[in-house]
Amino acid sequence: MVDQHFSMDAHGMTKHIVILGAGTGGTLVANRLRRLHTDEDVRITVVDQDGEHLYQPGLLFVPFGLAHGDKLVRPRQDQLNRGIELLQVAVERVDLADNRVVLADQRTLAYDVLVVATGATLVPGETDGLVGPGWMERVFTFYTLAGATALADALAHFDEGRLVVNVVDMPIKCPVAPLEFCFLADWFFQRRGVRDRIQITYVTPLDGAFTKPVASKMLGSLLKEKGVEVVTEFNTGTVDGAGGHLVGYDGRTVDFDLAVVVPLHGGADYVARSPSLGDELNFIPTNEHTLQSRVRPNVFVIGDAAGLPASKAGSVTHFEGEVVCDNVDRFLAGAELVDGYDGHANCFIETGFGKALLIDFNYDTEPLPGHFPYRIGLPLLEESRLNHLGKLMFEWVYWHLLLPGRDIPGVGSTMPRSGKRLVKTHQEVKA
Amino acid sequence: MIDTMMAPTVTLAGLTVDVNEEGFFLQPEQWAETMVPELARAEGIADLTDRHWQVIRFMRRQFEENGTGPTVRVLGKTSGVSIKELYQLFPKGPAKVAARIAGIPKPRGCI
Ligand SMILES: Cc1cc2nc3c(=O)[nH]c(=O)nc-3n(C[C@H](O)[C@H](O)[C@H](O)COP(=O)(O)OP(=O)(O)OC[C@H]3O[C@@H](n4cnc5c(N)ncnc54)[C@H](O)[C@@H]3O)c2cc1C
Repeated sequence: MVDQHFSMDAHGMTKHIVILGAGTGGTLVANRLRRLHTDEDVRITVVDQDGEHLYQPGLLFVPFGLAHGDKLVRPRQDQLNRGIELLQVAVERVDLADNRVVLADQRTLAYDVLVVATGATLVPGETDGLVGPGWMERVFTFYTLAGATALADALAHFDEGRLVVNVVDMPIKCPVAPLEFCFLADWFFQRRGVRDRIQITYVTPLDGAFTKPVASKMLGSLLKEKGVEVVTEFNTGTVDGAGGHLVGYDGRTVDFDLAVVVPLHGGADYVARSPSLGDELNFIPTNEHTLQSRVRPNVFVIGDAAGLPASKAGSVTHFEGEVVCDNVDRFLAGAELVDGYDGHANCFIETGFGKALLIDFNYDTEPLPGHFPYRIGLPLLEESRLNHLGKLMFEWVYWHLLLPGRDIPGVGSTMPRSGKRLVKTHQEVKA
Repeated sequence: MIDTMMAPTVTLAGLTVDVNEEGFFLQPEQWAETMVPELARAEGIADLTDRHWQVIRFMRRQFEENGTGPTVRVLGKTSGVSIKELYQLFPKGPAKVAARIAGIPKPRGCI
């Protein structure tokens, strides 16, 4: 059955932009687009399955008692400007051929332009045993609020034994978060006076601490400094919560008393039900520079939902926002799209003891030392208290600048070069 | 001095190919199916079965379509061979080993 209101004429004067997901990307794109157009020109509808906006970067701090769940959540509606309609209902599927979205309550939404911003979903069920015996008792994740909260309780009572932090496979949201977790765990157990009775082991499918060589080397030595053992190229096949070990597909095992696992990620479920929308992991094939989907010209993608060789991070989503809005406008005006996005990512890496690192990179340039955004600024790839304050500031920036779709003063969407020591080439660093 | 800086080459099925320090092909077009048995032996795979071939040809096709080799997880979902079996076929790590045998660059992986 088709509801008149929601399938209103999409071919009249008013163009209808439908945004799927009211998380980081959906919210900032909706707000930016709303400022750019009058209500007569453009109608904007945002769809999200629930009403609570979670500040996900705060999840890292919950297990250590440094943040509390109720402080990390705000109503989605309050983050959206006037003139944006928010529908609280799950997306059932997208019919690309008919330019319409089918909602879980069977209503349909016809669109002129669709922006997919439904992020990444955790799929713990894809790993044998992960949600079996021991799940949320001895095997946890901090990637959900429920998980992070339960883990806080477990960590507060963990006095001896082996803590294993495991990333099952890439891609994951904020790929530095599991490393930050190790750094904070080291700090947390020291503060509690039990560090010498606890072994911390980081188990990764990568061949080093991180994906990018310079940062990987730097983060690898930091792990070593903090006494965190690293097991590389480990592809977790089974998590045996009752027995207390991870079993790799290659037969290797890692024993644990407490496991913190970052489960496999995929795109949102409805993508699989939408013909030709996603790839095998339900991410949307997307042009790296224009952020137009490769599936339809009137479909754009922002944030974690995109199948791009970029980090799944809030900073990436923010930098993409400007380009997505620009190109949606151009598309509506029949103009040529701009290759505006360069893969810019910027992450604070909390290293414990009130310090943090900052890395800044794009598709072509890996994280380098120097200062951000100019020669005078925050130190890059170097531990400092200033960066820790930057990380804490990010929460304020998130609610007050990022979500409203405003630019962060001094930080453009493309990667700044002026403060970086671009002298070291790949080869020199390896040598 | 210049020599040591250059990428190594190897001779396979009578042809010279350029590889990197980890043994991945630098120029995938230099690859031919006739090189497969020799490449597989170098990876410790003496008996090449139809299942090995299925994976190798699949990797090659994926690379030609997407410009990068698939990860193990994607292989398990799309190649018709489960991850468990992939590890039985290529015990040292399916994505990397099969990529080397299929003559494609190191899978980009994810960031
Ligand atoms: C533990 C952790 C730490 C992090 N730390 C950082 C950090 O320090 N810095 C940083 O930059 N980033 C960090 N991130 C990543 C950051 O939170 C995400 O990259 C960012 O939120 C992505 O925005 P998005 O809009 O793509 O997805 P999201 O913000 O996740 O929004 C997706 C939305 O889609 C909705 N949705 C999904 N499926 C459906 C459906 N079927 N129907 C309707 N709605 C649906 C969801 O409810 C959700 O609201 C972290 C993430 C985690 C988990």
